[in-house]
Amino acid sequence: MTSAELTPRRKRRRQTLRADSGDRTSRPNPVVYLPLIILALGFGGPFLWTVMTSLKSPREIYLFPPTLFPSTFAWGNYVEIWTQVPFALFLRNSAVITISTMAGQIISAALVAYGFARFRFPGRNALFLMVLSTLMLPTQVTLVPTFILFRMLGWLDSYKPLIVPLYLGGGAFAIFLFRQFFMTIPKEYDEAAKIDGASSLRVLVQIIVPMSKPVFITLAIFAFLRSWNDFFYPLIYLNTLEKFTLQLGLQYFRRAADAGGEPTEHLLLAAAMVMTAPCIILFLTLQQYFVRGIVATGIKG
Amino acid sequence: MAGSSVALRPARKRLTDLERKEALSGYLYISPWIVGFIVFTLGPMIASGYYSLTEYPLISSAKFVGLENYARLFQDATFWKSLGNTYYYAIIIVPVGVGGALFCALLLNQKIVGKSILRATFFLPSVTPVVATTMLWMWLFNPSVGLVNYILSLVGIKGPAWLGSTAWSKPALIIMDLWTSVGGNTMLIFLAGLQGIPGELYEASEIDGAGSWRKLWHITLPLLTPSIFLTMVLAVIGCLQVFSTAYVVSSGQSSVGGPSESTLFYMLNLYRHAFMYYEMGYASALAWVFFFMVLVFTLLQIKLSRSWVYYEAGEGTGI
Repeated sequence: MTSAELTPRRKRRRQTLRADSGDRTSRPNPVVYLPLIILALGFGGPFLWTVMTSLKSPREIYLFPPTLFPSTFAWGNYVEIWTQVPFALFLRNSAVITISTMAGQIISAALVAYGFARFRFPGRNALFLMVLSTLMLPTQVTLVPTFILFRMLGWLDSYKPLIVPLYLGGGAFAIFLFRQFFMTIPKEYDEAAKIDGASSLRVLVQIIVPMSKPVFITLAIFAFLRSWNDFFYPLIYLNTLEKFTLQLGLQYFRRAADAGGEPTEHLLLAAAMVMTAPCIILFLTLQQYFVRGIVATGIKG
Repeated sequence: MAGSSVALRPARKRLTDLERKEALSGYLYISPWIVGFIVFTLGPMIASGYYSLTEYPLISSAKFVGLENYARLFQDATFWKSLGNTYYYAIIIVPVGVGGALFCALLLNQKIVGKSILRATFFLPSVTPVVATTMLWMWLFNPSVGLVNYILSLVGIKGPAWLGSTAWSKPALIIMDLWTSVGGNTMLIFLAGLQGIPGELYEASEIDGAGSWRKLWHITLPLLTPSIFLTMVLAVIGCLQVFSTAYVVSSGQSSVGGPSESTLFYMLNLYRHAFMYYEMGYASALAWVFFFMVLVFTLLQIKLSRSWVYYEAGEGTGI
């Protein structure tokens, strides 16, 4: 009521204030830049150093004092990783697991969230509270029995323990984020479609999903990173080299290199950079979805 | 909304056909979660509680031993060692991590050139796969040709063996994990919090003659306390679970958690008992002790928060 009247004026006032404060501080303050540059070097420097090392020859990486730039850029290192290490195999394994878990997590979380957001049923609030409570539960408590369960099912050393659980709910955070977003979509859209004879599943697929693109992208990013960067669960559940993910495979070859003594640092670091590339590209292209998702984690607290 | 549902309640005692149909669809949609919750959360929790009271070497069936595992745990020197290592790590990484993230956010919130590039640079380490960051840092920490010791040698310091040294392995891991976490989610939560502080407050304080430090101390920090509290809770839970970096670093050396158990954190100890020694009963007891530890820390923080976290009266965070 009154707030609606007030908003335009308030907005204008805020804008002028913003402009004011902008003018006042627009002179760059050198005191701010010094720590910023040091921090940028601290965060970015190791990356740069690693990229450079990955482009050196095996002899050059052990030079002392170390040099930043390679004398000749050994681009061949990035070719060699595909032959020296079964890199293509690990990449394929990681891709299979990542794509299957992403699909499972997003589809099942969207279905569950739709159920919580759009249907009335006895015990709904209590059940949703239970969803949220699992957010605080450290997974360690369920780790051992889950392992035993998968062992009884004969699923050890297969991708099933890494994939199947995500098809059953997709995780509390994803359900929570989807539900919050679905609730903001006016119910009138559903009703209109229902009058036209659409089933509830059709409402979800044709109305809710297209309107929720941002939250789907946000959760797709998180699902990708969760699975691509996962180390712990593949470590526990996978035993044979042929089934290893990138994370496990590289770790395995690093250990082998430590034992064997032949310098393979340049190759391992090249492989590490290739493995990191999708994450960096994803972050740089979809930054705003990232930030939104992380801030949403803050809201729940 | 709330009012109408209360009014409806008497009529809802008996569901109409339409309502029953709606409820049924609702249950159908959430059924994947219900199954997942029973199979992967509730069931395992009950099972883990039971296993913690048994001796269960995995090859034979579980044998009930009462509280023996818990008694053993308190006499187990490795347990105390892992707890000590974890607290050493936590006591440094929580304040430095949260403080560092706050510092970065405050700097990035200034009117500066190249803000988005700087923010991306700070954030990138946190999306990098853990095996990649660990290999990167193992290379930087290389005692003879690593960059870290080279830089130290430039100022006349002979650097330690870092990850190979009992005294320096934990500080090295802390540096690694700070690098990956300080510019990550915590910083973004602070940045969002900073953007939520109304400009009017600064305006008003300036009229009263407040300088930058006073504004920081009397406006920015008090209004950020909810974010600081949230990130502290998350940081404590997260750091007690430290595993992957320490595992990757030490598995190349003699044993997991090495050198000489100096990086044997709580979760590594649990991992060893569960997946290397296959002592499922003892590992479950370790898991439950861990669970209560996390619970106590979280409740303690919530209790303490009442004395220092500032919540604006009335208005919610509303986003």
